[in-house]
Amino acid sequence: MFEIHCPYCNEKRPEIEFAYAGEAHYVRPTAKEQSEMSDEDWSRYMFIRDNKRGEHAERWWHNAGCNMFFNAIRNTVTDKFVMTYKMGLPPRTDKQIDAARRTDAKEKASS
Amino acid sequence: MSAFRKTGRGRVDASKVINFTFDGKSYQGVQGDTVASALLANGNHLMGRSFKYHRPRGVLGAGWEEPNALIAVDRGKGRVTPNVRATTQEIYEGLKAESQNRSPNLKFDMGAFNNAFSMFFPAGFYNKTFMWPKSFWDKVYEPFIRNMAGLGPAPDADDPDVYASVYGHCETLIIGAGPAGIAAALAAAKNGERIILVDENAQMGGSLLSTPSIEIDGKPAGKWLETSLKALAKAENVTLMTRTTATGYYHDNFVALAERITHHVPNAEIGKVREALHRIRAGKVILAQGGIERPLVFNGNDRPGVMLASAAQTYLGEYGVAVGNEVAVFTSHDSAYQAAFDVADANTRIAAIIDVRGTIRDDLIMGATERGIKVIKSAAITKTFGKLRVKACEVYEPESGNKTKLNCDAILMSGGWTPSLHLWSHSKGGIKWDADLAAYIPDAPNENAVCIGACNGDFGIAAALSAGHKAGGGRKTYKTNETDFGTGLVLSSLPSYLDSSKQKAFVDFQNDVTEKDIKLAVSEGFKSIEHVKRYTTNGMATDQGKTSNLNALEIASKAVGKPIEKVGLTTFRPPYTPTTFGTFTGYRDNELFDPTRKTPIDPWAEANGAAFEPVGHWRRAWYFPKEGEDMHAAVARECKATRDSLGIFDASTLGKIEVVGPDAAKFMNLMYTNPWSKLPVLGCRYGLMCREDGYIYDDGVVGRMAEDRFHVTTTTGGAPRVYRHMEDYLQTEFPELDVWLTSTTEQWAVIAINGPNARKLIEPFVEGIDLSADSFPHMTLREGKICGVPTRLFRVSFTGELGFEINVPAHYGRMVWETLFEEGQKYDICPYGTETMHVLRAEKGFIIVGQDTDGTVTAHDAGMSWAVSKKKRDFVGKRSLARPDLVAEGRKQLIGLLTEDSKEVLEEGAQIVEDPNQPIPMDMLGHVTSSYWSESLGRSIAMAVVRDGFNRMGETLNIPMPDKVIKAKVVKPVFYDPKGERLNVV
Repeated sequence: MFEIHCPYCNEKRPEIEFAYAGEAHYVRPTAKEQSEMSDEDWSRYMFIRDNKRGEHAERWWHNAGCNMFFNAIRNTVTDKFVMTYKMGLPPRTDKQIDAARRTDAKEKASS
Repeated sequence: MSAFRKTGRGRVDASKVINFTFDGKSYQGVQGDTVASALLANGNHLMGRSFKYHRPRGVLGAGWEEPNALIAVDRGKGRVTPNVRATTQEIYEGLKAESQNRSPNLKFDMGAFNNAFSMFFPAGFYNKTFMWPKSFWDKVYEPFIRNMAGLGPAPDADDPDVYASVYGHCETLIIGAGPAGIAAALAAAKNGERIILVDENAQMGGSLLSTPSIEIDGKPAGKWLETSLKALAKAENVTLMTRTTATGYYHDNFVALAERITHHVPNAEIGKVREALHRIRAGKVILAQGGIERPLVFNGNDRPGVMLASAAQTYLGEYGVAVGNEVAVFTSHDSAYQAAFDVADANTRIAAIIDVRGTIRDDLIMGATERGIKVIKSAAITKTFGKLRVKACEVYEPESGNKTKLNCDAILMSGGWTPSLHLWSHSKGGIKWDADLAAYIPDAPNENAVCIGACNGDFGIAAALSAGHKAGGGRKTYKTNETDFGTGLVLSSLPSYLDSSKQKAFVDFQNDVTEKDIKLAVSEGFKSIEHVKRYTTNGMATDQGKTSNLNALEIASKAVGKPIEKVGLTTFRPPYTPTTFGTFTGYRDNELFDPTRKTPIDPWAEANGAAFEPVGHWRRAWYFPKEGEDMHAAVARECKATRDSLGIFDASTLGKIEVVGPDAAKFMNLMYTNPWSKLPVLGCRYGLMCREDGYIYDDGVVGRMAEDRFHVTTTTGGAPRVYRHMEDYLQTEFPELDVWLTSTTEQWAVIAINGPNARKLIEPFVEGIDLSADSFPHMTLREGKICGVPTRLFRVSFTGELGFEINVPAHYGRMVWETLFEEGQKYDICPYGTETMHVLRAEKGFIIVGQDTDGTVTAHDAGMSWAVSKKKRDFVGKRSLARPDLVAEGRKQLIGLLTEDSKEVLEEGAQIVEDPNQPIPMDMLGHVTSSYWSESLGRSIAMAVVRDGFNRMGETLNIPMPDKVIKAKVVKPVFYDPKGERLNVV
């Protein structure tokens, strides 16, 4: 069972308090964009996901805690959370993910 | 004293005699014995029958790895535990143990005929046999397989025992209290952090328990152990747990510990905790699980009396039991010599040490010579003799071709050692092949964890102690007087003159997998070790391949012709050892297993004889049968009473969400297909919700309490997902909207009053609300009081009758219900349940989301285009509703069906076809979604989704049933009062 850092509570909480909520950073098109979108583009938005192997941006919901949705970077191979961040922040860059990984490793080493 | 008990040996208390039974026969053991050690002390090796061939089996090991000696412990009704290892079950006064997998008894087993026909049970025999004829499945094959499947008896009554569930936290969790684990705890205890040290056995000490001759830093091992455990017990920051198995290692150092509390206690009371599951979150995990000796794979290696060399050492050292009078030792590893010496030193004759290897360490040869033990080098055992116990073996020397028969009543074998990587592997720690050890050892960790001692490939007591101390943060180096643990030779096949197809050389003893089976699997094309495992079932029994995995791997790798490290190891999965359902369940059994939600009015329904049905997590009154009534009769009566005069219904389970804020109407516009901006305050509207895919997701009546406040109702089962759906959009897509959502499902009790007398009933109890039809029209709501308590009173109807839904704070629900019910006697008020509610709504053609829709039905398909705003620029699902598939002609659409024979009630789910004479598979048009007997109409009614249904009005369709074809006419799905006049009775 994971320990997941909720960026709103700002603490690690056990996985049972959370629910997975799909891949992150799929922004719903505005009404105008929707009306101009082709059926193919709309289908792609609706149904196609990367399902990435490796570091994956995904949404989690702290439903049995603060009730907030947030984003996380989790490695789908090792099942390790690299970082979590608040909803609305832009996708994490490789640099930011690297930095988070290093901080995490440092914390582990010092504990 | 029994024949094989060695006075002065072992750690058992020989002065305390304990009586127990095995298969009904009385035996005596002593305090500290296991069932296996006590039976061996009585000279009894035969303890089980094998799974597939029902071959007689004795103990192979002395601990948790035991594959053969599985017993059922019978403690009375509902308290029979099957598949307990005889090697780990401590005896207690009055213990009743039974052998398994035999009929009528262990010595004479009818199932052993499988052994004679073993050529018909090769690897994959399930896949190869029982194929045809099809008709044999039900009557012949399935009963046969069922009879054969499984080992112990399944429980046939509720388990009355109590199982506990505990959470725990510590900085360091040490698993395994052998020399490595104890040394780690001693070092770690010094820094004051919380430490938990667990061991699956009754006594801590691991290998130190059975090696009394060892001295640690000049002190006898027993003394060192005693001092160390005392020190740990005294340390306040250390928790010692015995009889506790770490069964699984999960993410982020979360480890499950199964503690057996009363398994060793006579007459354990019902009501006292029997087992406890500890969920431990640890900062660091130190794995000191030790190693498991490997059997040698030779013809006849499963004869009772053949066992692991280390097991014999344990029986002697820990229990003071000799495993025979004349013992042969067969080995490819140095460690077996020490076992042989221990046995010899206890005055048991060693018939010979048969070593596969040609070169043997001098000190070992010397030790043998000193004791007068004959060592036969470069030799192998090729046959064993004896029926229920080994009585001789054949020793074959390939160089000379000599074959000698050697009398013996036990054979100790050693094929080297396998580090226990189970938990390390659960934690997804890396592993690497160690060619010298011929075993996998830990590589890079995935968690904050470390393997020490034998499970890290560091064999020997001194090595374990020093590694343990280091892992605990210490620096001590320990010295012992042990002989070098030594090395061995791992062979995928032993020398033999016999054709391999003629041999019964067992690899997996519990699942009866032989060397031949593994070779066969490879020759049939199963090259991956994962496939070989599944095809042969090697390593898939309850022992999870603890003694067999590495041997199977050796054999498979040779057969495939690839080096072993290229073949790979199969995955270890939790639990490490079989764990009872009770342990997993803990306190959450019976009513706590999946808690039932009940409304405030539920106790009244129960007292008034309601039949209940589960709806989501709720239990709801289904119908209220009067004496002698079945459901059909009760529902017919309830429907009639409601339509004729007055019905009362508990609708408290309806999901309720309060949507509040300056942007509440904007948010409602986005979440529901209907328009909300113009809904006046105190107006109600039926709301239809889609997901982004455009299909119907939920529905319910919504009341506008104020400009900025909506009282939203959802379906009973849909409340949690609708709330989540709303929160998700509010937080992530529309965060600019100023809205709060609050789930209020359990804050309100809801009483639905329906029927022509509804208004008359409530009038005397209502304050502050003008109930007249003109000032309180259908689909509006009012706030006021009823029975003296605040209410949100909705004038709505799910039955087509004049109706009110009375919302009151939940704790007033029962009082209001009972008050109205009493007054209602004037109007022959009838309480009704969900079944009548379903019939009444179906008569009106109102849909139930999830029954008449299934996640592929749009509003248009359901005939509810009127509920979808054409003017709104955006709502969730709008764009998808324009997808070509969703606007296509001929989709399945919701229609009504009237059977030609009005008494015929269709089955829900029945398929609908155009031409019942078509050959199967017929072209299916759709299916029946709702079907009832309508008492009001005096006939059956049904709803169905049918391809191009709207264009089929008046057509007759066919519903083929096993015994007949039912004809039904397509109609509009409003069967009763299509003009809606009954809503307006005055």
